[in-house]
Amino acid sequence: MRSNASGPAAGPASAGPAAPSPGRGTTSFHQGRDPNSRRERFSRWANKNRKWLLAGPSVIFVIALLVIPLAWTVFLSFTDAKRSIRRPFGFNGVENYTTALTDTARFWPSVGRTFAFTAGALTFELILGMVVALLLWKPFRGQGVVRTIVLLPLVATPVAVGMMWRLLFEPNIGFINEMLSWVGIPPQPWLADPSTSLATLTFVDIWQWTPMVALILLAGLTGLPEEPIEAAKVDGADAWQRFWFVIVPLSRPVIIAAVLLRGIDALKTFDILYATKGKGGGSFHDVETLNVYAYGLSFDYNEYGLASAVLVLFFLMILLVIWVLQMQRKGKQS
Amino acid sequence: MKHTSPVVRFLAVATTTALALGMVACSSGPAAEDDGDIKDTTIRVTLANHVWTETIKDLIPEFEEETGAKVEITQLAEDQLSDQYNVKLNAGTDEIDVLMYRPLQENKLFASNGYLADLTDLVEKDKDWGWSDFQEGPASLTSWDDKVVGVPIITERTVLYYRKDLLEAAGLEVPATLDDLEAAAAAIHEANPDVAGYIGRTAKSAAVTQFSAFLFSYGGAWINDDGTSAIGSDEARAAYKFYGDLIRDHTSATINPEMSWPEAFAVFQQGNAAFIADADSLYKNMTDPSQSTVSENVGFAPFPEGPAGSKPYNVAAWALAVNETTANKTGAWQFIKWATSKETTLKMAQLGVSGARTSVWDDPEAKSDYPEELLEAIKINGENGVGQDRPLVIQVAKAREIVGGPIVESIAGGDVDAAVDTADSAFAEFLTQDEE
Repeated sequence: MRSNASGPAAGPASAGPAAPSPGRGTTSFHQGRDPNSRRERFSRWANKNRKWLLAGPSVIFVIALLVIPLAWTVFLSFTDAKRSIRRPFGFNGVENYTTALTDTARFWPSVGRTFAFTAGALTFELILGMVVALLLWKPFRGQGVVRTIVLLPLVATPVAVGMMWRLLFEPNIGFINEMLSWVGIPPQPWLADPSTSLATLTFVDIWQWTPMVALILLAGLTGLPEEPIEAAKVDGADAWQRFWFVIVPLSRPVIIAAVLLRGIDALKTFDILYATKGKGGGSFHDVETLNVYAYGLSFDYNEYGLASAVLVLFFLMILLVIWVLQMQRKGKQS
Repeated sequence: MKHTSPVVRFLAVATTTALALGMVACSSGPAAEDDGDIKDTTIRVTLANHVWTETIKDLIPEFEEETGAKVEITQLAEDQLSDQYNVKLNAGTDEIDVLMYRPLQENKLFASNGYLADLTDLVEKDKDWGWSDFQEGPASLTSWDDKVVGVPIITERTVLYYRKDLLEAAGLEVPATLDDLEAAAAAIHEANPDVAGYIGRTAKSAAVTQFSAFLFSYGGAWINDDGTSAIGSDEARAAYKFYGDLIRDHTSATINPEMSWPEAFAVFQQGNAAFIADADSLYKNMTDPSQSTVSENVGFAPFPEGPAGSKPYNVAAWALAVNETTANKTGAWQFIKWATSKETTLKMAQLGVSGARTSVWDDPEAKSDYPEELLEAIKINGENGVGQDRPLVIQVAKAREIVGGPIVESIAGGDVDAAVDTADSAFAEFLTQDEE
């Protein structure tokens, strides 16, 4: 016979010996059960704190994988930990920070390269991404195939991409120089020359990540209202004017989202730099960005205190970039 | 009552927890027993990509059958291997039982960090196994603070690889001096514009070990007897200039500045270089027809004489050690004992891997697979050899980056003297901080 009471706790098997079985026709959930039983108390507590209980696993995950490593890094950055963290080490105040900030041989050039790489990559990725997004915006025959082809670089593993381009750019046997020779252009050193290696790797980054920017921008374009664009057309605006004065302002939130996502990602680039030029960003540190520098300090030099300080400074720089972009967005909105 | 903020409280709790976990993780494992039963245990061995590794892998089933233990191998390239050790040994892992490491690069660092188990009693206990049979130079490199912490498995010296056919076509003798080497490189490149006269490692850190033979043969050194930097000497400057000119002046190709041995060897293997001086333990890469298009024409010679004579390095390149924090030290030691036994070393030698045991080097049976010319070069290089190829300090990786600076500047045709001055002062400062 089925009880009218709802919920699994109402069943005789789960009610426990102390709780009398609810009678036929009862309507209250708790009726007939001891309100002070452990189960009931837990139920009330869980109900009261359900927002914490439900969010709990995620919070624990974030603390374990984000907050603790970050706190540990900040802690190490104020210590003289080196060679091994199993060795005794002590606090040394802000010495690591002053060492990093006064280092004009490795730290500041790395900062410069990090931002030059990001700015170069981001600028071209935005321009080319917008071009690709506009081309894919309106339906055409074979659109699915073209979209898939455009997205291919995005799905490749960055390390594999790095290895592939390293071979293509090999100065003596690489395909790029071979191709240039067909049109009479002499071989270029590409990755082999410190003056061209960072630009070459910026190109690789653009090749790989333009599709992602295009994808974000395309999503934004697809959601745009038709009316303002039609109205501009009726008013006699040409294609460029419609793009610059209607589409771009309307797409601003999406463009800023793309800049934010790709910009932060580009700042943190490590894989293609390491796969092509190895530790230290090459023999002349020519592609050594902050990430590569911090990696070398930690894994090559075992200077954990200094490496942590560099990473904290890098983290603060990224936060600053995000803050500036957010301010920009809020300013425009208001 | 003083109240602390939640953030400070959290940081304190997080730090204490992490430290507590760290301490738990870092405790030493039980001591090794020389003849303990290891049947049905698993021995986790971390090895580098090397001829030795490929060879021992074929022999491991014998060990497993003999002992009933299972051997699990993790094999990595040098850089990845170092990164693994940095992370895992730092965390006090018990996931590694046996580690293959580079004594010259990591012995001081690992031993002083407490990563390596003390093997002194174990190596001395079994007289049949014979610790005294190991060559003194290599054995001293795997000791630290009067304790034995590793057993050398591979020794190597700088040998000069050359192309017999090119030398013959040019009517040249095998170079006996560095000046002869440069002249031969120039002559061969002139006659064969697509062939580089000499190829060598060009990456800043990787080039240091091979450059050392040039440095020593010019009468230079890394560190003076009083512990100060020696790379600013006239001899060192001359060596830096010679090495850079030798690679840069006799080629039409664009020089890749990031070459370690695999890249430099590839140029030679493809028939695009006449000479390369590198480790003799890698000779199989040159003579194996599946890897080298010039396998039939590779010659071997002792390192040529410089102004101070012929002074190649003669070192223990790799060794095996037991992780201090493993729970299976007994299994780990028994694996090492087997892998470095006379029998295994002899088998390895027959397959072309040069070990550190004197008795095996004296055994004619061990050398049957070696080219005659290589054996002669090994013998002469062994007699002339210097027991180091890089600065013997604790933070070797950093030291290599510093002393390697003038090498890449020289190869690029830059201002070598300025680069040496910079490196010399940086190295002098480094040495004052690289305390035990």
